[in-house]
Amino acid sequence: MKTPSPLALLAVDPHGLGGLLLRGSSSLGCEAVFDQIRAMLPADAPWRRLPVSITDDRLLGGLDLAMSLQSGRRIHAPGVLAQADGGAIILPMAENLPADRVAKLLGEFDRGTSRFAIIACDQSHDDTSPLSAGLADRLAFWLDLSDDLTGCSSSRPRIAAARSRLPDVMIDAALLDQLTVTALALGIASLRAPILAARVARALAALAARGTVSAADAQRAAQLVLAPRATRLPATDPQPAPPPEPQQAGPEPANSRDDQPPNDQSAPQPSSSKPLEELILEAAIAAIPTDLLARLAAKATLPARQGGGAASGQFMGTRGRPVGVRPGKPRTGVRLAVLDTLRAAAPWQSLRRRNDPDARPGPIVRVSDFRIRKFKEPTRSVAIVTVDASGSSALNRLAEAKGAVQLLLAECYVRRDQIALIAFRNRAAEILLPPTSALARARRSLAGLPGGGATPLAAGIDAARQMALAERRRGKRPMIVLLTDGGANIDREGRQGRKQAMDDALAAASACATDRLTALVIDTAPRPSALAADLAGRLHARHFPLPFAHSGALSEIIRAEQRAS
Amino acid sequence: MIYPFSAIVGQQDMTNALLIAAIEPALGGVLAFGDRGTGKSTAIRALAALLPTMRAVAGCRYRCDPADRKRLCTDCQARLTQGKLPVTRIAAPVVDLPLGATEDRVIGALDLERALADGSKHFEPGLLAGANRGFLYIDEINLLEDHLVDLLLDVAASGENVVEREGLSLRHPARFVLIGSGNPEEGELRPQLLDRFGLCVEVRTPTDIEQRLEVVRRRDAFEHNPVAFARRFAEAERVVRARIKRGRALLPKVDVPESILRRATTLCIALGTDGLRGELTLTRAARAKAALDGVDCVTEAHLREIAPAALRHRLRRDPLDESLASTRVLRAMDEVFAPAREAA
Ligand SMILES: [Zn+2]
Repeated sequence: MKTPSPLALLAVDPHGLGGLLLRGSSSLGCEAVFDQIRAMLPADAPWRRLPVSITDDRLLGGLDLAMSLQSGRRIHAPGVLAQADGGAIILPMAENLPADRVAKLLGEFDRGTSRFAIIACDQSHDDTSPLSAGLADRLAFWLDLSDDLTGCSSSRPRIAAARSRLPDVMIDAALLDQLTVTALALGIASLRAPILAARVARALAALAARGTVSAADAQRAAQLVLAPRATRLPATDPQPAPPPEPQQAGPEPANSRDDQPPNDQSAPQPSSSKPLEELILEAAIAAIPTDLLARLAAKATLPARQGGGAASGQFMGTRGRPVGVRPGKPRTGVRLAVLDTLRAAAPWQSLRRRNDPDARPGPIVRVSDFRIRKFKEPTRSVAIVTVDASGSSALNRLAEAKGAVQLLLAECYVRRDQIALIAFRNRAAEILLPPTSALARARRSLAGLPGGGATPLAAGIDAARQMALAERRRGKRPMIVLLTDGGANIDREGRQGRKQAMDDALAAASACATDRLTALVIDTAPRPSALAADLAGRLHARHFPLPFAHSGALSEIIRAEQRAS
Repeated sequence: MIYPFSAIVGQQDMTNALLIAAIEPALGGVLAFGDRGTGKSTAIRALAALLPTMRAVAGCRYRCDPADRKRLCTDCQARLTQGKLPVTRIAAPVVDLPLGATEDRVIGALDLERALADGSKHFEPGLLAGANRGFLYIDEINLLEDHLVDLLLDVAASGENVVEREGLSLRHPARFVLIGSGNPEEGELRPQLLDRFGLCVEVRTPTDIEQRLEVVRRRDAFEHNPVAFARRFAEAERVVRARIKRGRALLPKVDVPESILRRATTLCIALGTDGLRGELTLTRAARAKAALDGVDCVTEAHLREIAPAALRHRLRRDPLDESLASTRVLRAMDEVFAPAREAA
């Protein structure tokens, strides 16, 4: 018998399982999954999409202007989240939802007055705009559009029957413990993971019309919930290893996991010869996608990242603080302050009523009552520090560059700006740190930055540009800080060759200038280099030779540039 | 159903800090910072269910304390001149301040309905009024807009909400314990705000396997049968509630010996904490800890137990210093306390 798909399980316990995180760039693919889920939810279950631009009063509810004016009483319009009770909230581009709205969404989700599942699509191609870790943590299922999602879907009546059975499903204490142990063995710090796995196991039993969770249910739950969250593999040693420190993805030797069994679809059957915990762990490991294995192996060479998984890093709210209400007419970009308008009208009601006895019931509002609210956009800047960590420039300058970035970090901390870190060396650029205001993480990333290898300058500039554009879309003010000697010997295709590499780098720089991105070039060559100056010219950026710019001066330069931009 | 406070596994720093705040509201509240999914919100809501009931003026929107004549709201003052105040027993409020809350909702505003109906000016109390004599809880306080955080800390410090807007001019009592929680990985709290909290605790996901097992077991048992789970912890809950009551009664009688005061000063100097606030909070928190433990004299043990929470967020911060603030407090404590122990 085929096992039920995660989508069917979600339909059995939408709020309990939290929801679904769907990765992949195909909107059509996402829509197809939506349709499958919707077909299994009760026919009248609400289904609400959350646009990235949603306002607080639509999200959380607020005054219903039309009704309030008509009735003369304050009438509350429920927000989208309240309307979703019993159904699902859809986030089509979850990675772009601003942090303050994510926090509000999760606040309502946790409070549980409105119970809904969250179906989040993450269409980001890379790490430039990571999904909120808090959001991902609450969703039981992390799927990829390329996964096989064709597992049994179930009919509405079957789902409904499973739902009514769910509260009575029992789970054996030993199985529950094994899920907890397995989560830890896979390096999953969050305790929500085993709890969600237990709920998935219950939903599986309920769908199979059983009153008790079986060992196979627990294994399947571990595959579905724990495997995608794994940040490490337990030692293949048959002796149960001591519980690993879950905060850090341990730097285990990468080759210890190359000989893992291939992605096996059939859930292992419980057999009496092996202890339960091994079975569940094995099942989970078998379900870990092979690319995750590769990612885990790669991670072993990188500085440990907090949180693990795919999603880390979040941003501060960008809504801006209201800087007062004043008379005026609403227009684009200026919102009517409804309450203030009504309050302005209130004192005049009896007088106006006397002068205009035929007016319709409800408050009489004149244009002169209109009040508008202005927001002061916070000018949160993001310094995208892009460092040449290759052999050519790294040797004598990397330490100095690190020192400069350290100072910049301190500066950002005080001003609550954000910082991101990109390094390029060998064949490619790598995002060491997505934009963050969490200083500790920036510090860790920087400390572990290795040096040496060839110089893929174009890739570095391209990566910085992509991140800068993503940040700009989120309403922030990006600035690229490029630390380079201007030299390059790897082109955009990753091929060796000085000529093409330089051409590509200059083209990448021109693209930044076309997008009107603010940039500055810190020249790390031993003597001010014509190459770096050329590059700065293409970027429309200022060019600062590093040799006499000690770290303090550099930080001063960056600050001046930020003020000017 | 609310998860019982006494069923929280581990997280001693956080639960202790909350109990201390419940005994000594003047301490300046608690900031709980740390990993997500560690039950910070659960703990606050659980505490709400434990707080002893209190006497309040019946019908007062601010739940004035009839015994505290100096802090009555204007309504109650007016009623008092006409005779006795009616008294009732109520639960201590624990108010949730959602991130989306507008300034109107926090401070209170002109009552629109009555203004529109008959043009009369009345105040519609906000969340600050709702939290008077209780707790005000803000999850993800690091994501709250700065001007709201400023406003909250000001009111929390003064104990009074002053409203000057929309033709309204009034003030009402707003004494509450501010509880903030958040995850520093998602953005740090402004450094200027940190030291305005009385206690600051770090909440970590437990790494100990036994603790992790117990967390999941209890969470599962609670979800599966909340009534039975509540019954299982009813006695433990009663004990904690009694501890809070006893602690509150004992607090005014707790003595702080001269030697302890001197020790607190030395510790603050060794750590270079700014101003007197750290010292004051440290001794007050140690007193509250003694009261919580049911003893009437502060000992060095109380001081040691509470010092990290009372001081870790007051250290002058060097953003490039790798060592955690807590480690620095512990190190300083070892230096300050060690000679005394040897002498003893
Ligand atoms: Zn009163």
